[in-house]
Amino acid sequence: MLKSFADIVVYRWLKLQHGAHLADALNFYIYDIIKIFLLLTTIIFVVAIIRSFFPPERTRKYLNKKRSWIGNIFAALLGIVTPFCTCSAIPFFIGFLESGMPLGVTMSFLISSPVVNEVALIMLWGLFGWQIALLYIGSGVVIAIVAGIIIGAMKLERYVESYVFEMKLGKLELSQPTFKQRLIDAWEYTKQILKKVSPWVLAGVGVGAFIHGYVPVGLLVKIAGRGNPFAVPIAVLVGVPLYSNAAGTIPIVQALTAKGVPIGTALALMMAVTGLSMPEAIILRKVMKPKLLGIFFGIVALAIILVGYLFNAVIR
Amino acid sequence: MVIKVLGAGCSRCHETERRVMNTLVQMGVAADVQRVTDIKEIMSVGVLGTPAIVINDKVKCFGRIPTTEEIKKWVSEEK
Repeated sequence: MLKSFADIVVYRWLKLQHGAHLADALNFYIYDIIKIFLLLTTIIFVVAIIRSFFPPERTRKYLNKKRSWIGNIFAALLGIVTPFCTCSAIPFFIGFLESGMPLGVTMSFLISSPVVNEVALIMLWGLFGWQIALLYIGSGVVIAIVAGIIIGAMKLERYVESYVFEMKLGKLELSQPTFKQRLIDAWEYTKQILKKVSPWVLAGVGVGAFIHGYVPVGLLVKIAGRGNPFAVPIAVLVGVPLYSNAAGTIPIVQALTAKGVPIGTALALMMAVTGLSMPEAIILRKVMKPKLLGIFFGIVALAIILVGYLFNAVIR
Repeated sequence: MVIKVLGAGCSRCHETERRVMNTLVQMGVAADVQRVTDIKEIMSVGVLGTPAIVINDKVKCFGRIPTTEEIKKWVSEEK
């Protein structure tokens, strides 16, 4: 139905030729934009309601009772539903460690929260289908669990800035909102997120549509296709300094795969952009000594590269 | 009345502060609005998610941007 709407707009109203570059790019653009905004509104709203049951203040009380690798699994899963933005990284990190949560478990949370988010899920679902969306979420969670376990086993607590352990968290009474209040809050949140990501979606899908309509297939295959064994690590290296969110990255990545870039390479680029960003590193430097920060980024980058190769090998 | 807006300084915190200011102007209420960016002070309140609003040492909300109606209600409660 959406497809026919885009067809009507481009080929009937604007009277553009089928098969012409501009017409195809525009058709692709309109179709994707409508689909993504429908999905964004519905899913962000639902996730916001679920989230209202898992505030980080409660998550930390729950997680400090979980030890060893079970803690890592719970932390990675809770990272999916806990609201997170780069500026919350510090209070979360301190609050979790202060409650007695092991460093490795805290790390699992810190990795899964930005990588696995609902906007990424929606964009992947809308542009690649649900299988790829699930694959992405699944591998994000596995990376978070494994990296957290490794960092935990390395006993790196001494590389946390010492003031972190001197922090005292005040006691806060958590009141239970009514369901109506949850709905109102969720809708407010959905509006805020839509406002924030729409320029990114419009621009991202625009660039994607341009690549779709104009960039010849052969060009990208030569640079980032299967013939280049180093495409995955290069994608990760390119992704780290890029500062964007899932909404802006995924449409571009989709267009790249349509032009012959393998899916594993594309997913690796995306994970590097959303999970390992320079602004995040600068903020985390306030609580982590350079060595811990380096190990953290190194392990996650390595895990993303492995996942990239794995997907390239499995999905053809 | 002392209104504290807690947050490290991202766009969400600025938006919250803007809404508080606008609400106060609308209501014609005078209050001492303070921006708290110091992590120690934020943690001492017990919140992790920012922005948070504390009015007269009572935590009114945290981890989200409140609506103008909510802020109005809290301000009248504490007036």
